Amino acid sequence: MSHPVIEASHLSLTFETNDGPVHALSDVSLDIQKGEFVSLIGPSGCGKTTLLRVIADLEQPSEGVISINGMSPHEARLKRAYGYVFQAPALYPWRTIGKNIALPLEIMGYSKSEQTERVRKGLDLVNLTGFEKKFPWQLSGGMQQRASIARALSFDPDLLLMDEPFGALDEIVRDKLNEQLLRLWEMTQKTVVFVTHSIPEAVFLSTKIVVMSPRPGKIHDIITCDFPRDRTLDIRETPEFIDVANRVRQGLREGHSYVD
Amino acid sequence: MKFHRPLVLLAGALAIFAAVSPLDFGIDGLAIGDHLWSRMVFSLLGIATLRDSQDTPQPANAAWNVPFATLLAAVEIVELAHSDGLRGWGFFCAVGAVWLCAWRTVDLIVARTPALGHRARFLRILAPLVFGATLLVLWETLTLSFGVPKVILPAPSAILLRLVTSIPTLAADFVQTVQGIAAGYVIGCGAGVLVAILIDRVPFLQRGLLPLGNLVSALPIVGIAPIMVMWFGFDWQSKAAVVVIMTFFPMLVNTVAGLSAAGHMELDLMKTYGASYRQTLLHLRLPAALPFIFNGLKINSTLALIGAIVAEFFGTPIVGMGFRINTEVGRMNIDMVWATIVVAGLAGSLFYALLAAMEKRATFWHASYRERA
Amino acid sequence: MLTSLWQGKTLPVLVVCAIIAVFWYLGSIWLNADMQRMLFENNGQASYTTAELIEGTLSQEKPKLPTPGQILAELNKTVLETAPTSKRSLVYHGSVTISATLLGFLIGSMLGMGLAVLVVHIKSLDRSLMPWVVASQTIPIIALAPMIVVIMNQFDVTGLIPKAVIAAYLSFFPVTVGMVKGLRSPDPLQLDLMRTYSASQWQTFLKLRMPASVPFLFASLKVGVAASLVGTVVAELTKSEDGGFGARLLGGSYYGQTIQIWAALFAAAACAWVLVSLVGVVDRVVTKAMGARP
Repeated sequence: MSHPVIEASHLSLTFETNDGPVHALSDVSLDIQKGEFVSLIGPSGCGKTTLLRVIADLEQPSEGVISINGMSPHEARLKRAYGYVFQAPALYPWRTIGKNIALPLEIMGYSKSEQTERVRKGLDLVNLTGFEKKFPWQLSGGMQQRASIARALSFDPDLLLMDEPFGALDEIVRDKLNEQLLRLWEMTQKTVVFVTHSIPEAVFLSTKIVVMSPRPGKIHDIITCDFPRDRTLDIRETPEFIDVANRVRQGLREGHSYVD
Repeated sequence: MKFHRPLVLLAGALAIFAAVSPLDFGIDGLAIGDHLWSRMVFSLLGIATLRDSQDTPQPANAAWNVPFATLLAAVEIVELAHSDGLRGWGFFCAVGAVWLCAWRTVDLIVARTPALGHRARFLRILAPLVFGATLLVLWETLTLSFGVPKVILPAPSAILLRLVTSIPTLAADFVQTVQGIAAGYVIGCGAGVLVAILIDRVPFLQRGLLPLGNLVSALPIVGIAPIMVMWFGFDWQSKAAVVVIMTFFPMLVNTVAGLSAAGHMELDLMKTYGASYRQTLLHLRLPAALPFIFNGLKINSTLALIGAIVAEFFGTPIVGMGFRINTEVGRMNIDMVWATIVVAGLAGSLFYALLAAMEKRATFWHASYRERA
Repeated sequence: MLTSLWQGKTLPVLVVCAIIAVFWYLGSIWLNADMQRMLFENNGQASYTTAELIEGTLSQEKPKLPTPGQILAELNKTVLETAPTSKRSLVYHGSVTISATLLGFLIGSMLGMGLAVLVVHIKSLDRSLMPWVVASQTIPIIALAPMIVVIMNQFDVTGLIPKAVIAAYLSFFPVTVGMVKGLRSPDPLQLDLMRTYSASQWQTFLKLRMPASVPFLFASLKVGVAASLVGTVVAELTKSEDGGFGARLLGGSYYGQTIQIWAALFAAAACAWVLVSLVGVVDRVVTKAMGARP
C-alpha cells in the first residue's frame, strides 16, 4: 500500500466569534492516496472548505496532526506541492490570460522560455488556445475559471485542491466543465481534493466521496465509487449512479444537513 | 423640459423685436436703416426660433437652424457691444434672445446625443463648451454695454489682451511657481508612498499614523507658509516645502488604503505559491493599489498648486504667480490678476488631464472604466 | 485589557504623538542652536556648557522652531489669560474667522445641495454645467480670494461678507460634486422598483435618492467645512485689519514672532478639527436615526 499523499488524524479547528466558539472541524481523520479524486460534500458550515484550507496551510488546526507528502502543510506550501483553485477565478485584471497563467511561474523563478512553453501547454489543456492576449473581463465566467485551473496546473503540482470551482456558473457550463475536468484528471493523473455541495457533481467526478455534517464539522461517511474512467455525463441516468447518489443523500440527511 | 416652448417663443419674439428696434441709445422711433446686417441676423434668429417652437415634427437637419443662428447673433452682439453707444432696448432684447437660444442649443445637443460612439463623444464635449462660450459672450457684452469699470470686472477681451501682451512676465511667474510645485509634488508624493510601504509591516504604526493623517488633511496647512519662508528663504524652496507638507498626508492615507485593496482570494493565492512578502507586494498589492495612488496624485495636483500660490502671498522674490496676484490686486490691475488666474487654471487642468491619461493607461483594467455612464 | 489597548486606536495614536513630540524637541534644539550660539556671543558669554546651550535653545524669544511647551504657553496666554474682546486674544481672532467660515459654509453647502438636486433631474444642466463644476476642482480657485476681497471693498462691503463669499464658493464645489454622486448612488434595481410604483420624480427623490445620498453628503460636508476655513484664512491674508487667524499669521510673519505664528496655526488647526468633528457628530446622529449599523 503506497504512502498516502494526505494523512489527517484527529483534526480540530475552533473559531472564536462574538456569538461564542464555532467548531468548524471536530476530530476529523482522513487519508487520501495518490491519484484519487476525493470530493468533500456537505452543507455550509460543515467544515469542508475549512478542511481544504487546513490542507493548504491557509488555516492552522487547533488540535490534531496532518501531513502532506510526509511534510507539514507549511513545508508543503513552501515547496509548492499543490495548486489551489478558488470559488472565483481570482485572475489579476491587469494581466492578460497568458500572464495570469504565468504568475506562479514568475514567482517560482522559472525561465522565460519555460514560462512560455508551460503557458502554451496550460492553455491547450483547458481548450483556451488563442486567448493568451485577452484580459480576464473579456472572457466568460466559465472560460475564466478554466484559465484559473490552467494556472493551478502550470507548475505541475501533484496535488490539486479545488474549492467549489464551478459553484458560480450556470448548470450547462458546469456540466461541460465537469466533463473537461474528468478528462484532465485522467490525462494528468493528479490527486484531486474537490469541495462541492452538488451531489451529482460529486458522484460524477470522484473515486471517493467524503460526506460531512455541520455543527460541529465532522466526517459522517466515506463512500467509494469505481465508475469506469472513460465515463461521460450519460452515466448520470444509470441505476448505479443513482444508487451512490442516494447513499450520499442519506448520509447528508443523517448528518442533519437538511434540518435548520 | 415642458416649459421650453413658451421660452423659445419668448426668444423668438425678443429677436424679432431687436431686429426692428433702436439699437442705439437716445434715438427715437424705429430706425431700421442702421446696422442692417445685425438686423438681418436677428430676424433670422427670430424666424428659426419661431419655427423651432412649433410642435410639428421637423427634419433632423432643421435642428441645426437655431444653434447656427444663435452663433451668428452672438457674434453680432459682441461686435455691437464693442462699438460705442449701443444701449438701446433693441440691443438688450437681442442679448436676451441670444441667452435663451443658447440654452435651447444646449437642450438640442443633449437631446440628440447618442449613448455611444464618436458622435457621442463630440457632442458630450460640445454641450459644456457651448455653455462656457455663452457665459463668455454674456460677460463680454454686459460688462462693455453697462460700462462696468475695469477695476471691478474686466471684459474677457481685455483679459485676453492683457494676457497676450504680458506673456514674458506671466511666463517668468509660471516658471518660478512651477519650480516650487514640481519639487514639492515629487518629494511629497514620493515620501507618502514610501512611508506607506514602510509602515505596511507595522500595523501598530499604521493605526497610529492614519488617524493623524486624516486629521492633518483637514487642517489649513497653508498657514505653515510663513514658517517655511523663515526657514528656507524667499525663493522657491520654501514653496516646495509647503507643497511637500500639503501633499504628504493625502498620499500616505491613499496609499495605505490602496495597499489593503487586494482581495482575500488573491492574497491567499499568493500564499499557496509560497510567495515572499516582496513578491506579493510587487506582483499583487502594488498593482491593486494603483487606482488609489492615482486618486491621491490627482488630489495632490490641486493641493500643490494652491499651496505654492498661497505660500507666495507670504513672501517671494518679485516673481511668481501668487506674487503677481497679490501685487496686481494691490495696484487694482484686475485684468492682470485674471490673466494670471487663467494661466494658473490652464496649468492646473492640463496637469490634471495628463494625470488622468496616465491613470487610464496604468489602471485600464479597473472596473470603473468598464461602466456605462 | 492591554491587548485591546494595543489593538485599538488610542494607544497607537498617543504613542505616535509622543514620538513626534520627542522629535520636535530634538528639532528645536538642533534648529535653534545657531541662533543660541550667536546670542551667547552677543552677550559676551564666551564659554557655555552643552546643558546651557540646550536650555537656551528651548527658551528663545523668537526661535526658529518653538518647542511644543512654548507654543502651549503662548496658547494659554492668548486664549485663557487674555480677555476675549481684546485684539491680542486668540479667542477674538478665532471668532472672527469661524463666524465667516460658518456663514460661508452654510451658504455654500445650501447652494451646492440645491444645484446638485437640479443637476440630477435636468439633463441639459448636467451635461453643460457639471463638467465645469468638476473641472473647477482642478483649478486653484483660492487664487481668486484676494481679488474678491478687494473688489467687494470697492463697494464698501467689508469685514465678514467678502470672507464668507470666498468660504461659500470654496465649499460649494465639493458639496455639489459629492451630493450629485450621492443622489445618483441608488442601485438601478431600486430605481426600477420606484418605476413599478409609478412614483413621480419628486417622490423618488424624497424617498430614495435623498436618503441614499446622506453618507456622500456628509463626507463632502467635511471636506467643505475644512475648505471654507482655509478660504477664510487666506482671505484674511489680504485684508488683515479685521483680525482673524490669517491676520495673526501675517502679523507674526511681519514681526518675526514665530511663537505667535505657531500658536495661531495650532489654534486654526484645532478649530478645523472641531468643525470637522462636529459635522461627524451630526453625521452619526443622522445615520443612526436612519437605522444604519452601529
